[in-house]
Amino acid sequence: MKQILCPVNGLRPLQEFQYGGALRDRPDPNTCSDEAWADYVFNRAGAPGVQREWWCHVPSAVWFVAERDTLNDVFLRTYLYEEMPDRE
Amino acid sequence: MNKKSPEIPERLPLPYGSCLDRNTRIHFRFEGEPCEGFGGDTLSTALWASGARVLGRSFKYHRPRGVFSLSGIDANVLVEDSDTTNIRGDRTPVHEGMDVRAVNTLGGVRRDLLRVLGRLEAFTPVGFYYKAFHTPRSLYPLYESMLRRLGGLGRVNAAKPIEHTAKRYAFCDVLVVGAGASGMAAAVAASARGARVLLVGNDLHRGGCLRYHKAQDPKVLETLARLESQLAGQPLIEWRASTTAVSHDADLWVALDDAKTLTKVQARAVVYATGCYEQPAVFRNNDLPGVMLLGAAQRLVHEYAVRPCEAAVVFAARLESYEAALDLSRAGVAVRAIVDPGVTVLPEALAEALASAQIPIRTKTCVYEAIPLSGEGGVAAAVICALDPQGVPQPESAEPIPCDGVLLGVAQTPADALLRQAGACMRYDATQEQFVPEQLPERVYAVGSVNGVHDLDARIADGRAAGEAVAISLGFSSGPAPSRPARTQTRQSHPYPIFPHSKGHECLDLDEDLMLKDVQRAVAEGFDRVELLKRYSAFGMGPSQGKHSNLNVLRVLARLRGETLEGHRAPTARPYVQPVPLSHLAGRIFTPRLRTTIHRWHEAHGAEFTWVGAWLRPKYYRVQGRTEEQCIADEATAARCCVGLIDVGTLGKIEVSGPDAALFLEYMNTGRYADLPPGKAGYGLMCDESGVVINDGIIARLSEEQFYVTTTTTGADAIFLEMRRNALSWKHRVTLVHATHQFGAVSVAGPASRALLAGLVKIDMGEDAFPHMAVRSAEIAGVPVWMLRVGFAGKLGYEVHMPASGALQVWSALMEAGAECGARPCGVEAQRLLRLDMGHFLIGQDTDALTHPYEIGMGWTVKMDKPFFIGQRSLRILSGKPRERQLVGFVLSLPGEGNRPAENHLIIREGRMAGRITSIGRSPALGRTVGLAYVEPDQTTPGTELFIRSHNGGMVSATVAHPPFVGEAMVLSEKERSFKSETVATQTEKTHAASAAGGSASVLALCDVSAIPKWGLAGPGATDWLRAKGIAVPEGIYQWRHLKEDAGRIVRLPHDEFFIEDSPGGGHVAALRAAYTDNAPGCHAVERQDYALLVCGDLVAELMAQSCGVDFSKPHEVAVMTRVAGVNVLALQTRETQALRLWCARSAAVYLWDALAEIVHDLSGAVADLDHARPWL
Repeated sequence: MKQILCPVNGLRPLQEFQYGGALRDRPDPNTCSDEAWADYVFNRAGAPGVQREWWCHVPSAVWFVAERDTLNDVFLRTYLYEEMPDRE
Repeated sequence: MNKKSPEIPERLPLPYGSCLDRNTRIHFRFEGEPCEGFGGDTLSTALWASGARVLGRSFKYHRPRGVFSLSGIDANVLVEDSDTTNIRGDRTPVHEGMDVRAVNTLGGVRRDLLRVLGRLEAFTPVGFYYKAFHTPRSLYPLYESMLRRLGGLGRVNAAKPIEHTAKRYAFCDVLVVGAGASGMAAAVAASARGARVLLVGNDLHRGGCLRYHKAQDPKVLETLARLESQLAGQPLIEWRASTTAVSHDADLWVALDDAKTLTKVQARAVVYATGCYEQPAVFRNNDLPGVMLLGAAQRLVHEYAVRPCEAAVVFAARLESYEAALDLSRAGVAVRAIVDPGVTVLPEALAEALASAQIPIRTKTCVYEAIPLSGEGGVAAAVICALDPQGVPQPESAEPIPCDGVLLGVAQTPADALLRQAGACMRYDATQEQFVPEQLPERVYAVGSVNGVHDLDARIADGRAAGEAVAISLGFSSGPAPSRPARTQTRQSHPYPIFPHSKGHECLDLDEDLMLKDVQRAVAEGFDRVELLKRYSAFGMGPSQGKHSNLNVLRVLARLRGETLEGHRAPTARPYVQPVPLSHLAGRIFTPRLRTTIHRWHEAHGAEFTWVGAWLRPKYYRVQGRTEEQCIADEATAARCCVGLIDVGTLGKIEVSGPDAALFLEYMNTGRYADLPPGKAGYGLMCDESGVVINDGIIARLSEEQFYVTTTTTGADAIFLEMRRNALSWKHRVTLVHATHQFGAVSVAGPASRALLAGLVKIDMGEDAFPHMAVRSAEIAGVPVWMLRVGFAGKLGYEVHMPASGALQVWSALMEAGAECGARPCGVEAQRLLRLDMGHFLIGQDTDALTHPYEIGMGWTVKMDKPFFIGQRSLRILSGKPRERQLVGFVLSLPGEGNRPAENHLIIREGRMAGRITSIGRSPALGRTVGLAYVEPDQTTPGTELFIRSHNGGMVSATVAHPPFVGEAMVLSEKERSFKSETVATQTEKTHAASAAGGSASVLALCDVSAIPKWGLAGPGATDWLRAKGIAVPEGIYQWRHLKEDAGRIVRLPHDEFFIEDSPGGGHVAALRAAYTDNAPGCHAVERQDYALLVCGDLVAELMAQSCGVDFSKPHEVAVMTRVAGVNVLALQTRETQALRLWCARSAAVYLWDALAEIVHDLSGAVADLDHARPWL
């Protein structure tokens, strides 16, 4: 069983968490083509590598971002969405 | 029993028998016959001591088997009693009154009639089952039942009552697996530097092989005594005896199994000091009782004072085996010869001692065969023969040596299964002729002989150095990591202890009766890779998991392939390394069940319950003399013609407030709420990004910045989390409160609902003052309520929402007031019929994973001119495309009633599937069967005839009709008017099961303290508001303070929220509630109706260990939000580890109480009432 470091609650066993999918850039729904939108809605890359993911500590309803190496299933870093580096 | 003499042989004198309690005699039965042993004996040792030799039968050929390893690496002695099967005799202590028999025999272990299967050996070669029993297919069930009876292990007693065992969590800095010399040294070194160490060992005693290998040698005795005294001086070491580490999982979780419990240990570092397993030599009849590993013989002698045999041939290829032979001869075993397949260089003293003991040594010689004693009792002689320089036996030189024991000491292999699960690689070391670990993962250590360090002093030095290194890596001390001793540079195992016999029967895997020729044949058939060979021949697939067979099979395979072992690997080591009872894996099964606060009333009034998600809801209420179907119809009729009360406290309820609340809801839902005036409610429909409908409910605007949102019962948790995430990523200024469990709700439906409510509230209920989709606050029976006028079950109806603690009061008041006009409680079934009458769909019932709003007639809710909502872009695309299907209402034709279809029956059109039924039921109001179904878009016109393939393929017809199927103007018959519900006695909510403990709860007490007032405040302005009221607000998340000196407490939660609890009778919460007004800037009052528990006593940490993944054995300064028994809780230690407060959703109260009370009971604790608990608050 894995342990995940929640930025608010600390290190907890995996059962206390829920996975919320990869963090993805949404195309502008008002300007993008139907094809680009459909690609965003239905397709996932699935290629192994380091990706940013949404995770939620369910008992406290705290969402945060995890950088996870999906090839080796290793959590590299976790931080709150508000504190995400190099974004905006 | 095949005893050597009628008298039970004497045990060896002291100091032999270190495990025995000779003052305690234990009487038990084996195979129906009375037996005797001493305290401390295992089943196998007691039986072997009594002279019994056949203790079990093999899996396939039912060959006689006896003690082989005595350490759990074989499965020869498997027994069962009336309740339990596959009990391992080698490791199970005998106890008074034990009554066991060997598994898998026909007529007892001695005369097992199935031994005839051994004669068929020539006809059942490897792969025989695969080849013989696959055709004809029709006979397969016969084969299966036959083979399962013949082969296989014990029988399961299905009538045994289910017994839940604890499954616990444990936490430590360093887990040391293996309590031999190196493990003990590592534990001492790590704990001396301040690490919390958990030391586990398979056996009852520490010491590993020091307890039986040269156990009376002064140096060994001194070493063990020194390690024991060092260990005794380390309070940070926790020792667990008779406990096996069975799996190593991700992030250093290690599962430990003992006789009763599975423990999941979270360690910061793991030290494996698991030692080596002795490996058998392979020769003809090497599985006879009497042929055993030297270690087993030494254990019998030193630990159990049992002579393994009278006269022995020792098959030795290691120095240690020579030492053991001398040891055994000193214990009175006549060692007829030491047979060595090579030449072992002996120290002079040992050689002299062996010579003076007159033990002949035969080098370059093998044991070629064991001759069975007639009557299948054991060994009569060992046939030895010379080996040629290539190691091949020369049968012409064969020479029998009479003996009753052949003791094997030719090879060993590291106990590396857990290391390999952890990710270590094992490399074959040609110097040692065995595997050694390489590339250990981070924070995993191997010490002692599993690490290829075999000399006693070096093992201890290795353990000590690793223990220090662990402490340094965990930050308990500093400095350079000490250097570890070098690996042993001498041969530890014979490279090929396999000696083929012309007549075969050289056993490689005792569990599976796998012979040398089986492996040769399998390889010849092409299964020449280790994983393939394993699956084809089944080696290593028995209960021993290859512990005594993997290495020898690998050696045979490599030789057949003309390779050395370098580069070869043992098959994957999978969890669990030894069999774990399924009951241990299951543990207590925590499945939270939710109940509304009106549940007791339902129970008292004949409700039959049904599960809706995690909720227990009334399905219908039993009435004497009426069938279930009639009861449901009666309830629906009452609600249609008069008034029905439905407990809808299960609905999801979410409070949304803040400056962006309306914007946020417009983003979440398809509809428009910005222009919704306070006091009005709108319909809310949520889609996902692909435009699929995922939730619906009511959105009521209570004030400019405050909304009260309901969701579906089963969607509440997911929707709330999704709202939280979206609020984050959209950066909306909203405060979200998940209020599902804080509020109760009652649906009051039917034409008389207005009159009923009007009699109870002081507000104007008139059509104009309280129109459809309006929300009003009022008071019923002294309880403040929100009333929503909605029409889900009928044209006229209200939802009444109130704090959960007041729900029963309101419900009872409504039932009492409604008694005269015939109000009835309605269950889920009636509710479903009522909404079907109205043509309302249910999310998840009438929608699926592809349903978009346009398909279910909800296009009117989709406001495309908003700037954004989830699913908007997808719906824009979908709205321009032709529909594929449409949800319509239908009325079943009268002839169709004879074969009424069910949900998911298909609509057939011109021979093709045109759609399916999603809901169907018989409407009592209409007297007809109505339903909802997906049909093709051109079938939606009312009057269109639909054809449905009903049960047994019968076709029935139905007509499309626009819901609602039932109008408001129902004419009530006189009979219906006079319809009265049963009289309802007003009930007060009972607190359950909180009986007084009578002061006996010194160890562990559980107490319901929900009655203490609670309150909460959320929002960005909450801190300032509380400060202004003179409250010292905790700064950090989860920090807490007392409200006033030592009284009550306030906890800061994530998301700008505070949880406040009064002291009993403190009045602080009441004062805060009174001081709060709705327009406090940036504040949102949170109704806290949580269930509150106090757990106190010495065993609090143990209770939590059995129900929660957070370590409560150490003090937590702050509050913790976690999951206990599957329920989300807020936990707070109030007195170090001795007292713990838990708060959870009120709906989960009964479940959590029952779950914890069961554990408390098992731990011999008690439940207490508030008075007993007061000192702990």
